[in-house]
Amino acid sequence: MPLSIELSKPKQRESLNKRHFKAKIFARFCACVTWMGTALLLILLYQIFSDGLSWLDWDFLNNFPSRFPERAGIKSALAGTIWLISLVAFFAIPVGVATAIYIEEFSKKNLLSRIIELNISNLAGVPSIVYGIIGLTIFVRGLSLERSLISGALTMSLLILPVIIIASREAIKTVPISIRSAAFALGATRWQTVWSHVLPASFPGILTGVILALSRAIGETAPLLMIGALTYVAFVPEGPMDSFTALPIQIFNWVSRPQEEFHQLAAAAIIVLLTVLLAMNSVAIFVRHKMEKKLQ
Amino acid sequence: MRKNGTAEVVAISEDERILGIDDVTICYSDNPAVKNVSFDIARNKITSIIGPSGCGKSTLLRSLNRMNEFISEVSLKGRVSFDGQDLYAKSVDPVEVRQHIGMVFQKPNPFPKSIYKNVSWGPTVNQYDGSIPELVERSLKQASLWNEVKDRLNDSALGLSGGQQQRLCIARALAIEPTVLLMDEPCSALDPISTAHIENLMYDLKSRYTIVIVTHNMQQAARVSDYTAFMEMGNLIEFGETDQIFTRPQEKRTEEYVTGRFG
Repeated sequence: MPLSIELSKPKQRESLNKRHFKAKIFARFCACVTWMGTALLLILLYQIFSDGLSWLDWDFLNNFPSRFPERAGIKSALAGTIWLISLVAFFAIPVGVATAIYIEEFSKKNLLSRIIELNISNLAGVPSIVYGIIGLTIFVRGLSLERSLISGALTMSLLILPVIIIASREAIKTVPISIRSAAFALGATRWQTVWSHVLPASFPGILTGVILALSRAIGETAPLLMIGALTYVAFVPEGPMDSFTALPIQIFNWVSRPQEEFHQLAAAAIIVLLTVLLAMNSVAIFVRHKMEKKLQ
Repeated sequence: MRKNGTAEVVAISEDERILGIDDVTICYSDNPAVKNVSFDIARNKITSIIGPSGCGKSTLLRSLNRMNEFISEVSLKGRVSFDGQDLYAKSVDPVEVRQHIGMVFQKPNPFPKSIYKNVSWGPTVNQYDGSIPELVERSLKQASLWNEVKDRLNDSALGLSGGQQQRLCIARALAIEPTVLLMDEPCSALDPISTAHIENLMYDLKSRYTIVIVTHNMQQAARVSDYTAFMEMGNLIEFGETDQIFTRPQEKRTEEYVTGRFG
């Protein structure tokens, strides 16, 4: 006979049962909420796939948009999105990660730095349309970059910079102080410590943040509409100064048309967008897994 | 014997002295953690700093290679000298100080890299001109770890046991060929066998290095060290030869502490 049963008084037993019951209720509630989210996502995916899958073929990927649904494709939008995301990665990753390193490792902690940190966190919550207005004012008009890929990319970079900075800072913070102390005690400078130990150890976390940020950029529509990305583009952009369209804009455009066929085309484009996102995420997961293995 | 504040301090002759601690006060913001402490560290000897928790012994140790500088709001008054030079002079680069005065920490903190890279990284950043593989082997041998790891130098250091990790950290510190090795309670996270291993190691290293060890284990201080400083609440109570501190302490507080009446 278990000892605890002998020892506990009836009152204690009763309260213990109550506590177990509460724990069970809470666990059920969490499971419920999790499944609800998943179910909603599955329904959404099912709808998109049932609408769009039949339209998805090589022609769809290789045709320019058209007013005839059976001839319409996403060639220019897909190319625009790939261009855009590459340029955004090119601008935003180095600036964001460098900022995070500076804030965490180099800057002196004073009132000014605290104000800047607070503002970066606030910027992450600013509606994306506001970034569109900034992009329109600064890049399109101010710097006369016109409605080009580079304007779009710079605007998007501004939009996701706070996210990259915050995620990278969190990742850098998780590197234990003891590792830094060990490096400093060997007569390393701060830069050597950061480059050889802090960055490699925080790389998986930084990568996760970067991918989340790029995923946000790939799906954003409002800032691009604001800076005037075109909705009808019948060519593939060849350089950063070309005008462009992107998948979310193409989707937005098709969804707002009355014909049912275009709605199905939009669903097909969403499938492509999701595939691009998934591909990016799986590359990130793969690289992160490799890095984490190397660290252990 | 020279009188210093209220403490009994045995003088170390100028020839023997490698580190001089002269009227050092260390404050966190406004709270002094170390108060007007003066004593000297003798070359090629082991000096232990003992005292109850929070007496400022680790803070004092970290001031000897300027590792306190990473904690904001720490300030130091007084003079710490290394071979006669003021370590805190404006012209002194703290990075250079740490190249001469190495450190081993309380918890083993190997880099999450291979065993080899753990040892080779220090010499690499310090631009060592000789053969690094030879230096790695020599350092691991000095830390009496070589035989255990020579066949798996490219394995992760995190796969080693706690005691092995700590010896790896010692090898890593030795690889930059320091003059002084500071050890901050190096055995407090280890089992008795690993502890004995490291104590033997310290004894072997004495001929080549000066060692300063902070410990809350009095038996350890009595076993390994030549000189002992006893601190309490930021004050140095007594400094002298270890034998004398443990058998004929001059101060009543020292006697009470080493006989285990408090602390």
